Amino acid sequence: MKLREIAHSRTGDKGDTSNISVIAYDPKDYSLLAERVTVERVAAHFARIVSGPVRRYELPNVGALNFVIEGALGGGVTRALTLDAHGKSLSSLMLDLEI
Amino acid sequence: MKTIRIGSGAGYSGDRIEPAAELAEKGDLDYLVFECLAERTIALAQQIRMKDPSAGYDPLLAARMRAVLPICAKSKVKIVTNMGAANPVAAAEATRDIARRLGLAGLKVAVVTGDDVFAYLHDHDVVLDNGKKIAEMADSVISANAYIGVAPIVEALREGADVVITGRAADPAIFMAPLIAEFGWAMDDWTKLGRGTLVGHLLECAGQVTGGYFADPGVKDAPDLARLGFPIGEVREDGELVVTKVAGSGGAVTARTVREQLLYEIHDPSAYLQPDVIADFSEVRVEEVAPDRVRVTGGKGAPKTGLLKTSVGYVDSYVGEGQISYAGPNAVARARLALDIVRERLALTGVRTTETRFDLIGIDSLHGEARTRDGDPYEVRVRVVGRTDSLAEARRIGGEVETLYTNGPAAGGGAWKSARQVVAVASALIPEAAVRTTVTIEEA
Repeated sequence: MKLREIAHSRTGDKGDTSNISVIAYDPKDYSLLAERVTVERVAAHFARIVSGPVRRYELPNVGALNFVIEGALGGGVTRALTLDAHGKSLSSLMLDLEI
Repeated sequence: MKTIRIGSGAGYSGDRIEPAAELAEKGDLDYLVFECLAERTIALAQQIRMKDPSAGYDPLLAARMRAVLPICAKSKVKIVTNMGAANPVAAAEATRDIARRLGLAGLKVAVVTGDDVFAYLHDHDVVLDNGKKIAEMADSVISANAYIGVAPIVEALREGADVVITGRAADPAIFMAPLIAEFGWAMDDWTKLGRGTLVGHLLECAGQVTGGYFADPGVKDAPDLARLGFPIGEVREDGELVVTKVAGSGGAVTARTVREQLLYEIHDPSAYLQPDVIADFSEVRVEEVAPDRVRVTGGKGAPKTGLLKTSVGYVDSYVGEGQISYAGPNAVARARLALDIVRERLALTGVRTTETRFDLIGIDSLHGEARTRDGDPYEVRVRVVGRTDSLAEARRIGGEVETLYTNGPAAGGGAWKSARQVVAVASALIPEAAVRTTVTIEEA
């Protein structure tokens, strides 16, 4: 199953750090997210384009996880050469995760 | 319990204007707030101000003020905005001038100054997060501004300002200031300040909480996005928030749209650092109470750090870029050949770059190699981009893509090139006591 089937996501940027939320459509699926969408799996999923560590924050009240990924934006949104310097499309990559 | 209604009239400098006018006319508002400064907006505005001392504020300020001032003045809706950018004083002058032309003489326009901290950073040898001091960055530094808190904005509102214009202020602060002015929250009531920050955070990107930036057709839809309505926050004296929008406008306010915005640009949700408080969103609850009405509770806060974030804009480098498209059978192979040719040409002709990318748009430009599904795409676009130390050098990169027309693989089309200066941003934390703000109120 793809993460996309049970969760939605939005990306934000600060400097060279991206935050990517993963939010359960149905709050009942939060425990499944917490179990399957681990730091290790996300780090492996983003390994090709990310240089820094991945942190995960848990928000059970809103059925969400928040991933903070350093070194995700090619040196930072104000100077990156990447086509999507903000990394706004990274939420779509996140939702393509096989869980 | 007393409740006030705050509309969010812009999520960034270039945002749509009609939704703000719609809010002013139909939102039954007490306040209309425009948040228009991204990380480097002030640095770019300062470059404009250096060429024209009367410029350097938001380029859409005049259009926005003309669209909303008449109705706001009539309905006693107060306006708070950071559209002052690099020149708040000129922005206030322009606003008063517009007010007079609209027959609104007597309108009180306040300007908040003091966010410029170049002298402090320079004199105190503050080390930025790029490891450098301003003195070492010499002429490359364009601007240095602190993210100020609510205090001067509250002062302006309490003194009767109809419009308050700031330069750099923390984004949530320009929404929280009206709450403090109205409700008299103590500046050490950390729970209330945490809730006020939550209000600002959810409203500051305007349409991003009312269904903008949300739609994924057939998966999660948002209706009528061409007429997207901007949000209204109904805030109670105890800080409880209901997010809503003008009835009949496009988009939707749902638990899902609010949850997505709750975590937008947040790192640790239990410690969102602001000038006036450390806000804690970790136990927030979101609940749909009626169509397009979502109640948000559970915001908390902890004592502020006493430090202010500052952003320093500087000329980092130059970037040159070129693109060209290939279509039909073997398009990807011709595009790869094109990249190989340009790579070799940049070396042969000695273009000095410090960083380059060779992208195939539609194949690997966003998230790297090998994410394609089945088979080759019908068309592909080559993108070559490189960082250089001068604009002249940057221009050579796009030139090497353009010459593929007559020198490259068969049937390349739509060549395009650009070269630009890159203004980047570095940051540092400084003591809040180092920043002295001033409020000046003048009538139109």
